[in-house]
Amino acid sequence: MHHFHKSDGHHPAAGAVAAGAATLAALVGGYVATRMMARRRHSYASPEDAPAKTLKGHPAEGWREDTVVGRTVTINRPRAELYAFWRDFSNLPKFMEHVHAAEELENGRTRWVVKSPMGSLEFETRITEEREGELIAWESDADAPVRNSGRIEFRDAPGGRGTQVDATIAYDAPGGDAGRLIAKLFQKEPKIQARRELKRFKQLMEAGEIANADMRGEPAGMVKRKKVQAARQAAAKTTAAPKPPSKAKSPPKQKN
Amino acid sequence: MRALAWHGKKDVRVDTVEDPGIINPRDAIIRITSTAICGSDLHLYNGLIPTLKPGDVLGHEFMGEVVETGPDSTLKKGDRVVVPFVIACGSCFHCGKQQYSACDNSNPADKADISETLYGYQMSGLFGYSHMTGGYAGGQAEYVRVPFSDVGPIVIPDGLDDDQVLFLSDILPTGWMAAENCDIEEGDTVAVWGCGPVGLFAIQSALIMGAQQVIAIDHYPHRLELAKRLGAKVINFKDVHVHEALLEMTGGIGPDAVIDAVGMESHGFALDSIYDGVKQALMLATDRPHALRDALRACRKGGRVSIPGVYGGIVDKFPIGALMQKGLTVKTGQTHVQKYLPKLLEMIGEKKIDTTFLISHHMSLEDAPEGYRLFLEEQNSTTKVVLRPEWEQGRVKQAA
Repeated sequence: MHHFHKSDGHHPAAGAVAAGAATLAALVGGYVATRMMARRRHSYASPEDAPAKTLKGHPAEGWREDTVVGRTVTINRPRAELYAFWRDFSNLPKFMEHVHAAEELENGRTRWVVKSPMGSLEFETRITEEREGELIAWESDADAPVRNSGRIEFRDAPGGRGTQVDATIAYDAPGGDAGRLIAKLFQKEPKIQARRELKRFKQLMEAGEIANADMRGEPAGMVKRKKVQAARQAAAKTTAAPKPPSKAKSPPKQKN
Repeated sequence: MRALAWHGKKDVRVDTVEDPGIINPRDAIIRITSTAICGSDLHLYNGLIPTLKPGDVLGHEFMGEVVETGPDSTLKKGDRVVVPFVIACGSCFHCGKQQYSACDNSNPADKADISETLYGYQMSGLFGYSHMTGGYAGGQAEYVRVPFSDVGPIVIPDGLDDDQVLFLSDILPTGWMAAENCDIEEGDTVAVWGCGPVGLFAIQSALIMGAQQVIAIDHYPHRLELAKRLGAKVINFKDVHVHEALLEMTGGIGPDAVIDAVGMESHGFALDSIYDGVKQALMLATDRPHALRDALRACRKGGRVSIPGVYGGIVDKFPIGALMQKGLTVKTGQTHVQKYLPKLLEMIGEKKIDTTFLISHHMSLEDAPEGYRLFLEEQNSTTKVVLRPEWEQGRVKQAA
């Protein structure tokens, strides 16, 4: 049931990716982790109303603390609108900086193209839980080069303040420990990234655009679409050689 | 285009930089006709604000003509507009409450981490005021890119010239909000520390709002003179015991409301402190909140404290006892400029408010570095410097 999207083994990044994937595959599935994080409660007697995600200590089993972000943000828009926007995964690259593309396949599956220190990577996720207007949860295949999982809940905010979007997003920095180090050096830790992505989501939904202090350029969504095209063109060139007719693909070469 | 860029401590230069362009749908590009140097620009000039980078274009008090608009801007080419220094989306929870300087959506996500770490929540974007407030290029330039141009800029009708309306961008609404935060009642005395532009406009505003008397406190004779001309009673703290004087001038009750329009040089506002916790926090105790301490002690029991002066870090020896025991109410904050613009523009049009008395110098943008030097070193006589990008270098107009 799991689809492999490993590289052909000749790409320079392929070794690192494969090694990272092997390590990650040994870990617990992301869906389990985020669900546990969302539901975990104190084991001792003290009364506690704070959400489990704010507990001190480990955020979720199977995940490093710096790879999971759980945060609730109030967005001044109707619940149905926010749900519909997020449910269309092809919208996600508009505010997720490291995601080049998210293309919906059949059976609730999505193919992602994400930026990593080693270049662009591809993997698939599947929807694990879904309730119209209330909840979307997904997880990556066990062998994905970037193990990730997400659970987004939408609740009406009190006093006409819009919608509380309760997001738990987890993804490993690609490339194992080396990748993690690189990510840290460039301030691209998954936790920071995910927090910023939620802010961009709020900006896009409320203000209709993503704040940008540049002197000139293109709006965030536009830039990414071009990067995706460039990445795909580069990938097409480097993978012109014959390859198995299966779904297996080479990761597109890094363009930036 | 030409623009004033920061290069280091007391080193600002007019450089040729990239022209701004439309990025987001709600953007507009403004050709600057007038732009002023603000007292808070001196903190940048003195190198006291972290997250400012060499080459950053300064300036957050500016106005001009709309030359380009994004598809969702409500401005039209040729409109004359004054632009608020606060960048606000107009559609988040805070903007809905007219708390524009608390806007959730104008500070880019990667920059917002800084204020979120320091203050617990991210602050709005501001023009030309370091990367902590978004890293937006400022308006001491020929052109500027204005995000959310459908919310911020106010269109100026014909018949009002630049000098009459330029200060709507910051210091006039800041002085107005400072007075509004005093919740002035009949018979009230308002004491104002600091007769810089914000203090002077706060004096003017408090009198308009019906204060019985406004007492201004400073040590620069010329600035006290300006305060007196506006109708304030004045105290030079070099010559007078301020607390005793305030008691005597209020029949022993004390000022009903106090305004700290001094703020502090942001000495303690170090970037290291943002990240490194307690140790650096202790080093933040270098701020100089003398005026605020005096004001808190001078305020009458049950009185109101308004703080428009800029503070960024942490102070020690804060007189929390005076605050608690006397039951004082504190109101403060970066100005919600957008909230006040229509009313203040109307009052300027009706000649109820004049701000032109403040301007001591007009000069060209090319001479901006000299303007900064004057504003810092000759504070008694240099009350406000207005830069005109259209003027040729060397052209200066100084108030008599």
